[in-house]
Amino acid sequence: MVDMPVSPSMEIEHELDGDLGARRMIVNFGPQHPATHGTLRNVIAVDGERVVKIEPEIGYLHSGFEKLAEYRTYNQIVTITDRMNYLSPLCNNVGFALACEELMGIKVTPRCAAIRVILAELSRIADHILSVGLQAMDLGAFSVMLWSFIERENLYDIFEAVTGARLTTSYTRIGGLLRDVPPDFEVMVRAFMTKCARTIDEMDEVLSDNPIFVKRTKGVGAISAAEAIEYGLTGPLLRACGVAHDVRKLRPYLGYEQYEFEMAVEPNGDVFSRYRVRMKEMRESLKIVDQGLKKMPAGPINVDDPRVVVPLKNAHNFPSGGMEGLIYHFKTYMYGHGICPPKGEVYSSTEAPNGELGFYLVSDGTQRPFRFRVRPPSLYNYQAFPRMSEGALLSDLVATLSSLNIIAGELDR
Amino acid sequence: MDVATAAVEKITALFTDTVIGTQESCGQKFVEVQRDRIVDLLTFLKNDAELSFECLMDLTAIDGLNQGAPERFCVVYHLYSFRNNGFLRIKAYVPEGDPWIDSVSGVWKSAAWAEREVYDLFGIQFPGHPDLKRLLLPEYLTGHPLRKDYPLRGLGERDNFPRYVGGA
Repeated sequence: MVDMPVSPSMEIEHELDGDLGARRMIVNFGPQHPATHGTLRNVIAVDGERVVKIEPEIGYLHSGFEKLAEYRTYNQIVTITDRMNYLSPLCNNVGFALACEELMGIKVTPRCAAIRVILAELSRIADHILSVGLQAMDLGAFSVMLWSFIERENLYDIFEAVTGARLTTSYTRIGGLLRDVPPDFEVMVRAFMTKCARTIDEMDEVLSDNPIFVKRTKGVGAISAAEAIEYGLTGPLLRACGVAHDVRKLRPYLGYEQYEFEMAVEPNGDVFSRYRVRMKEMRESLKIVDQGLKKMPAGPINVDDPRVVVPLKNAHNFPSGGMEGLIYHFKTYMYGHGICPPKGEVYSSTEAPNGELGFYLVSDGTQRPFRFRVRPPSLYNYQAFPRMSEGALLSDLVATLSSLNIIAGELDR
Repeated sequence: MDVATAAVEKITALFTDTVIGTQESCGQKFVEVQRDRIVDLLTFLKNDAELSFECLMDLTAIDGLNQGAPERFCVVYHLYSFRNNGFLRIKAYVPEGDPWIDSVSGVWKSAAWAEREVYDLFGIQFPGHPDLKRLLLPEYLTGHPLRKDYPLRGLGERDNFPRYVGGA
């Protein structure tokens, strides 16, 4: 069998350490440890209970998405993006669609933009609420996790009604959406919002002043703002260090500048600050969803651009917009035609729940991208994990790791 | 004037022998450079008080096989300036026969894993990197999957994978 070598720097040292006679030993944290929430492996050298060195090993969920995408057409890649951050697939769908649209110079319709914003914010709530719930579970508050799962379940019901799938949503298309939202969408979302706001308040009540939770999170896993920038941290982790950086505010996309919401910033950079940032962001997301529902304009969901969207089928225009429609239909669906962005390259980023999700697309003018690169927030966030935890206690490691909210699908791609 | 334009002006004046040219795509400027002085160039961009690209947002590579690019590989740096809220893309060309480019992990800590990933998937060496080894794929693998001449279905990895053949 293939053996898994421990790197030389981490060789087990059976040497007596100082007067105490403590032995350094190597602990394997993961890949099957429940607190790793997936497939992460950390080789940890401990001195008693103190962590001396951490070496993360990643790649257990490597699926070759970047290679696969070079063999897919643009609309097929949307299905790949679902599987990257599987806690909030809709944010990935939206991010990828925006990158392609920027490459082709397409601006989506107002209704499409509003629906995308609402669904992206809902999935941000799904991601954050689960993250906070699991963080609480790792620190012993099991019921919070169950509450958060109930809310996620409610959200998945909405996603299922809208997209047809709970997890693999694949909802966006280049230049629009798979289909319009169902007629009772607003009723469903409003019902969810009422329940969710209550759950968030309850979680807040249970955790924020809970002496055990506070003691285990305040001052734990802290990182300074300068170092966070050095490591390329983004999203809630960076905002928890006091850096006001949110792509939705700084480089607004999909009309985020029309929505009123506050950026959640906390000063301390520790696990507790990250928890506070996520809690606040969920409330802000609810506000954005509320505004989105209020202003959701009527109109088409797809752009009127035959390069990317097939003209509507209807009975008068058999089979799809007359002869011209038939040609467009052919050109969109036939192999070798499809959606062909012009030669060029683009880097486009959105604010995903974990941080800046960037797509770097290089097009050679054919129907498939020449290079498809994802800037996954988790990769850069996880890289700072040894820096946050070395010198801390082994039990603090669990608190730090769950506050990073590492999603292995996006980390390993 | 946005920060990318200012940066392009500054580095084309200062690094005349390194910069090959400047291009624009989708309204985003990028600078093509030679690999020789990449660390100097990026250190300058990071430390310049006006530009201050404090953050290396992303580091990746492109295999431009048969694309008419100056060299086969190019390593792509996405720099971000918090002060100016702007990006700059630097593309450094790396020839096929001798693929190396100096590591910038001493300039930004975020580069360490990104360079390991590029080494893993493209086979580009990064002299000066503290711990250059594969990041995503197992150590025993040969080959670099994101190269264009690497087939999608792999080069026999499935056939060579050890199988359980029964017995005690």
